[in-house]
Amino acid sequence: MGTALQLLFTGLGIGSIYALVALGFVLIYRATNVVNFAQGDFAMLGAFSMTVLTINLGMHYWLSILITITAMAIFGALFNLGVYYPLRNRSFLPVIISTIGASILLENGVLAAYGPQPQSLPSVFESQGFSIGTVFFDSQYVVILVVTVIMVAFQYLLFERTLLGKKMQATSQDKEMASMLGIPVALMIMITFIYSSILGGLAGVLVAPILFVSVGMGSSIALKAFAASIIGGFGDVTGAVVGGLALGVVETFGAAYISVPYKDAFGFLVLLVFLLFRPQGIFGERIAEKA
Amino acid sequence: MSDRASRTASNALSAGKVFGAGLYIAVAAATIGFVTLTPFPAYTLNLLMQASTYAIAVLGLTIVLGYSGQINLAQAAFFGIGAYGVALGTTTFGLPFWVALLTGVAAASMAGAVLGLMSLRLGGHYLAMVTISFQTILSLVLTNWIDFTKGPDGISGIGRPTQFAKSGPYLGLCIAGLYLVGYLVWHLRRTRLGRAMQATRDNELAAGVVGVNTYLTKVTAFTLSALLGGLGGGLFAGGFSYISPDQFSFSESVVFLTMALLGGSRFPFGTVFGTGLLIMLPEWLRFLKTIYLAVYGGAVILIMVFMPDGIMGFAVVIWRKIRPIKPLATGDIPPLTLGHPGGREEQPATLKISGLVKHFGGVKAVDEVDMQVERNSVHALIGPNGSGKTSLLNVLSGIYRPTAGRIDFDGENITHLKPYQRAGLGLGRTFQNIRLFTDMNVLDNVKIGAERPGNAIGGGAALERHALAALEFVGLANRAFEAVGSMSYGHQRLVEIARALAGNPKLLLLDEPGAGLNHAEKDGLVLLLERLKGHGLTIVIVDHDMHLVERVADRITVLNFGRHIADGAPADVLRNPDVVAAYLGKVDANAAPRA
Repeated sequence: MGTALQLLFTGLGIGSIYALVALGFVLIYRATNVVNFAQGDFAMLGAFSMTVLTINLGMHYWLSILITITAMAIFGALFNLGVYYPLRNRSFLPVIISTIGASILLENGVLAAYGPQPQSLPSVFESQGFSIGTVFFDSQYVVILVVTVIMVAFQYLLFERTLLGKKMQATSQDKEMASMLGIPVALMIMITFIYSSILGGLAGVLVAPILFVSVGMGSSIALKAFAASIIGGFGDVTGAVVGGLALGVVETFGAAYISVPYKDAFGFLVLLVFLLFRPQGIFGERIAEKA
Repeated sequence: MSDRASRTASNALSAGKVFGAGLYIAVAAATIGFVTLTPFPAYTLNLLMQASTYAIAVLGLTIVLGYSGQINLAQAAFFGIGAYGVALGTTTFGLPFWVALLTGVAAASMAGAVLGLMSLRLGGHYLAMVTISFQTILSLVLTNWIDFTKGPDGISGIGRPTQFAKSGPYLGLCIAGLYLVGYLVWHLRRTRLGRAMQATRDNELAAGVVGVNTYLTKVTAFTLSALLGGLGGGLFAGGFSYISPDQFSFSESVVFLTMALLGGSRFPFGTVFGTGLLIMLPEWLRFLKTIYLAVYGGAVILIMVFMPDGIMGFAVVIWRKIRPIKPLATGDIPPLTLGHPGGREEQPATLKISGLVKHFGGVKAVDEVDMQVERNSVHALIGPNGSGKTSLLNVLSGIYRPTAGRIDFDGENITHLKPYQRAGLGLGRTFQNIRLFTDMNVLDNVKIGAERPGNAIGGGAALERHALAALEFVGLANRAFEAVGSMSYGHQRLVEIARALAGNPKLLLLDEPGAGLNHAEKDGLVLLLERLKGHGLTIVIVDHDMHLVERVADRITVLNFGRHIADGAPADVLRNPDVVAAYLGKVDANAAPRA
């Protein structure tokens, strides 16, 4: 029982990271109808930025976070301009391929600049964590869970309670109509990319102390985040969060009870099962093309 | 492509074609002879071996990505399955090379078919995701299932066929394979399957409505792609005699994709050229050292932005600027045969709709509609905007599933058939917002219509004559080889009608054929419709232009808010007070007269 609870806690922590990256996916997908295959590399960049700032430059932790978030915001804007904007009027295939190209560029760019040696980023917290009964609550996992809850709440308020959020929703539902109503569609998409980039970067910052900081960390997170968003129901915000958490738990239990080397395969197996029997995911609806 | 401009309808087997085929065989024989007999240094030999086997795999992407518009991010996995088939077959299991190769290719094709069957109903992003998942799982299995795959150490001592044991002849074998596969892939585009793939790529919805089983077409494309991946991989393994899991990773899949995109994924020659270029490029760009993969990534974005159809696509555009396609001297074209002498004449109604309902959430787009379309009549369906006309047509052609009700077509219940099955029974249609296959030429668009299942007209030259006849019927036969995307709006409408006519429909659904046409074009359309009527074709037409409707319709059905409000001869229906009210609003009988 204690072990199971422990695994559940760990799974939810990892799942939160998937959920944060998946949220970024979903937001960009809703705004542009395109899946950003470089979303995971946003997390990788966030983690590397933290590593460089705190370890190599010896900066203060919170200042580093501030700089990282600012840098991610600028990066999101540039990403929009360089990778998405020139292709915005084309079908989804060129855009997908372009984001894959961006992912290769980012990973190998960082690799060339920083080398293949994985880095470890120590947690900011003095205490390792605390125990309740037999379950040990690692402080980094607790932070991840708390930040995820805050971000999900923030996003809910942003979209449901502010004019900016409503404008972003309008843009994602019908660009043409939104632009006729005077909503600056290009700007809304820009803001979406900036926000998604910050979300991704934040996920990287949070996960860095748990995983090693390496160039490949982003793509493996992204694949699972993508799987999570399909399991949850593609394009659905709640689905992304629930799918992410579920995937984290499945994977952790799978690794503990079935096989460690195949840990990464469990998530994909769950995904394949969903694609076969419930392709619209937990919360999604079937979408048909309009004639 | 370039030979098409000069090609005329009657000389399908022209001297040019024979010359082209002869030249191809001669060049192939010369290259194979050259590589077999030349003692290359080991380094060059390896590059050539890699380039030729990779190119076979990348030609698979030409089929799935270039022709069919579906993404495959697991080509390295299929390549790996083929390679492991040969490696394990010739070492662990001691099989002859050919048996091992066949096993590997079969395994790769099976994997492709299963993956395709699972994910191609959804397509798009799902397919990207599923292929990446498959790639990831395969890499994990190759690395971790050490008992079977030998794990990260890889497999050495892979065998070759005895006749090709030396490197020269083996390279010759690979190059011969490449020439053969290259020809087959090039030829595929000119076959019925190839046209179905391109139609699915350009407009999946319209492809279904003109009779293409799009799902099966996509699965076939995906399976063929996996097959070529496996073949390339199998030959690769024999060529290098050592393989390891890291050669078949996701990044290799991306490399395959880049090769196809760079050269031009729609053109087999471009694909092979792109493969050669990207294999040579790292050698030439050695000075870039570690950042060359980053340059790769950047190049992918630049290709997508500036050269979306790759180097070949770019070259074709330039070539077309130098030599535009001229109108064609068509010569004699036989008249188009329309009508079904062997139809079920005992059934007076071609189409019978009973209690048809279509709801979208709370919106009743079609609400309990009954309607009958008499054989050999033109039946107009009118109603104000949003009255459910197009929704009704979409239910009739199978794009929407009805919420309730029944549709009988020529005495057969078609309520639950798929669009391509309805097309197969002879239901033709055009769209309000024209849906042509924009990256194909005019003739190929019409050929797809003619190739609907159940339309027995024969292949090859007969098919071409038939398609030209349909084009001649709408007056566009001399434009047959032009790109459909470059034609005027009015002409595109006519091509769409020709595409439907080429399938010799028992019933033709025309969705606002007059929309967006100018006066002269509209007059031409009325004449065309009257000619069709003269041929006894059964037509359902939706249009807003009452003059047009009055001139051609034998009977009119009026819809408002999804409900059927009037039905009858044109003169009566257009004077019906309910109909007038639906269009103009109800005039209160006691209202004060306007000043």
